[in-house]
Amino acid sequence: MWTWFYKLASPPHAYRSAAAMAPWFLAAAAVMIVYGLVDGLVFAPPDYQQGDAFRIVYVHAPSAWLSLFAYTTMAVAGGIALIWRIKVGYAVAAAAAPIGASFTLAALATGSLWGRPMWGTYWAWDPRLTSELILLFLYFGVISLRQAFEDPARGDRAAALLGLVGVVNVPIVHFSVYWWNSLHQGGTVMRLGKPHMAPSMLWPLLAMLFGFMCFFGAVLCMRVRGEILDRERQSAWVRELVGA
Amino acid sequence: MHRDFWAMGGYAFFVWPSIGLAIGVLIWNILSARRHHARALVRARRALAMARSETT
Repeated sequence: MWTWFYKLASPPHAYRSAAAMAPWFLAAAAVMIVYGLVDGLVFAPPDYQQGDAFRIVYVHAPSAWLSLFAYTTMAVAGGIALIWRIKVGYAVAAAAAPIGASFTLAALATGSLWGRPMWGTYWAWDPRLTSELILLFLYFGVISLRQAFEDPARGDRAAALLGLVGVVNVPIVHFSVYWWNSLHQGGTVMRLGKPHMAPSMLWPLLAMLFGFMCFFGAVLCMRVRGEILDRERQSAWVRELVGA
Repeated sequence: MHRDFWAMGGYAFFVWPSIGLAIGVLIWNILSARRHHARALVRARRALAMARSETT
């Protein structure tokens, strides 16, 4: 386990491993997302209260889950890089930020489209919606801060620090529906005991969830390769790679 | 049946843009990641070319 971890901390090894893993993640994501979308949009029955509008859950919930997962990945990678001075950690953190920001935007937009027919409004300053919006601003902050420094190494450290500080918002987003009065519905899948969803609706949702996770793995691998190349531009292995 | 599917029980205006937006984000992520790596390769090649021209 530790040998694998140390190996992955080596930029050339991480670069090659990411190239090898990306197609597998992408293939798994494609299978699960296609199945989830077809089953969720065509075969799952309409909700007894929300009718067919509930089908937005198949893209909204995975986007929202991914927005939190990508932020946690970014914060953990930044933390590892800060503590153990592992450059690949900064590359992973930098790669995760735009992916997470795009899915946070997708979660907010699809949530807004779901909110209009169910709540009668596209937006409300509800704890869940507001904390998710703060998450988007945190992503923008991390991305901007990294680019604000002339010295990329200082930008990496500052962005990692902001990412770590902002990780406090992740449990706030998740538990906001329990801690405060919220328009947003509570958890239906991630509950202790049985999920509050019929299996015919739940299976496509789980497929979409794991499909989006695999998709995140694939694009993270693809994007991290560019980040490693930028950081290792002067090293012998990159010169050998691009000079060949 | 076919028409009912696209109508989404009267919620088509909300369901289909949501699905389209999510698919758009997936496609953007793939294209953006590929472009990011391609540009990094160009920058690395340029750095190598500059280093070679300085030594000659």
